[in-house]
Amino acid sequence: MSKLSYAYYPGCSGQGTSMEYEMSTRALCEALDIDLKEIPDWSCCGSTPAHACDHVLSAALSGRNLGLAADMGEDCVLTPCPSCLTNLKNAGQHMSGSEEFKEKVNKLLDEPIGEIPDVKSVLQILFEDLGPKGVKEKVIKPLSGLKVVTYYGCILTRPPKLMEFDSEENPISMDRLMEAAGAKVLPFPLKTECCGASHGVARKDLVMKLSGKLLDMAEQLGADAVVTACPLCQMNLDLRQGQVNSANKTSHKLPVFYYTQLLGWALGLPQAQLGLDKLCVNPMPALRGIGKKEDAA
Amino acid sequence: MQTVNLTDTIDRSFMEKVMEESEQNLSLCYQCGNCTASCPYTFGFDIPVSRVMRLMQTGQKKAVLTSSSIWLCASCTSCTTRCPNNIDVARVMDVLRHVARREGFVKERRVKAFFDSFLDSVRKHGRVFEIGLMVDYVRKTGRFWTDMDLGPKMLPKGKMSLTPHRIKGKDAIARIFKRFEEENR
Ligand code: SF4
Ligand code: SF4
Repeated sequence: MSKLSYAYYPGCSGQGTSMEYEMSTRALCEALDIDLKEIPDWSCCGSTPAHACDHVLSAALSGRNLGLAADMGEDCVLTPCPSCLTNLKNAGQHMSGSEEFKEKVNKLLDEPIGEIPDVKSVLQILFEDLGPKGVKEKVIKPLSGLKVVTYYGCILTRPPKLMEFDSEENPISMDRLMEAAGAKVLPFPLKTECCGASHGVARKDLVMKLSGKLLDMAEQLGADAVVTACPLCQMNLDLRQGQVNSANKTSHKLPVFYYTQLLGWALGLPQAQLGLDKLCVNPMPALRGIGKKEDAA
Repeated sequence: MQTVNLTDTIDRSFMEKVMEESEQNLSLCYQCGNCTASCPYTFGFDIPVSRVMRLMQTGQKKAVLTSSSIWLCASCTSCTTRCPNNIDVARVMDVLRHVARREGFVKERRVKAFFDSFLDSVRKHGRVFEIGLMVDYVRKTGRFWTDMDLGPKMLPKGKMSLTPHRIKGKDAIARIFKRFEEENR
């Protein structure tokens, strides 16, 4: 098989609040021989605030990056972040579907966009192009005995017509990858529920309620950890876990990983490359328990 | 829940405008309630999303545009995913925010202030500068930062950069915003 190679859009949060997602994504892809070519001088996709303001503006902010990727000669852009994914895909689909819309977008840009590349999540290519089998072959430290719930968040696979990946009601891609790494994946009924998204700042009460529900369920199921693929979900569940606990009078201490961190761990990558020290809830007790519980059972 | 006086200013052209901008056929909605049942924010909405759809069909422009719901909607797309009539309800909610913004109706000022601070940050730096965004938000809303407790969790880990990331295309991004304003004047 020739080496897998893609244009890569890291997204703003990877430079700050989700830097461990960015680090572990790069380390994991390198270990799996997947080439991520960063789009030179990429800019913000506009995220929710842009599409909540205007669809042409939003498509222009995203479109600039699609144009830069096309200039690299790449026909597929990968991003780890579901929010960036939604914006980039929406921009691409609407421009491909309507010349009139594309013209309006091009009016806002310095360089008009020609070819529109495909956009996929890093998770999608790990699952579809490499596959759980390809991951399993490289596992040297299986996550035996680690019980996890996989939390996909609301937009990674939805709406299905836009995302064209996995299932909108019961996604399984992360489940299969986690199982390939040796973890025990518990059936989690809230896989695609919303965590409160970007309301943490302006309406924290909403996040406390929604993220609280997710943590309660994960705990009730007996999970050792939550596995996520979205910077906003991870931040609400991990960084805000203390706030959730005070608001709801709970005492959760659940580590919340990016799936790339756990896969990287199973592949034996150095801790420093996975950014485990960037997580707020200490993940080490859960990681140290790996392999032990199974022996005891 | 808010009650709506049906004899209040009925605006028949409102639904057509929203249909055109969202490219969705709102008259297909038969009030099955799937969207409301799926919506994670129904508990916090003043008007449930299926009722927003009904109010548009009956021309209740003001009730819709002055609702909290259109600002609290997090674009999670549960409604879109589960609507049996394939209405992209989340896109409709997006368009309602666009219209409300243009016509000066903003029920949830803090949500809009956060969006505005975010976009200002992108306009200025090309990428979001998180600390700058928070400072701007606090300034816009005149609120004490309710996330003070998070600072000590993030700063020592180096998770919040104290300076913006500079990109070469910074001015190209500012031009996108400028042209957008000119187009919509
Ligand atoms: S799910 Fe669709 S048809 Fe049903 S109430 Fe909502 S918008 Fe109307
Ligand atoms: S997109 Fe908005 S209205 Fe639709 S289910 Fe999500 S929060 Fe509710």
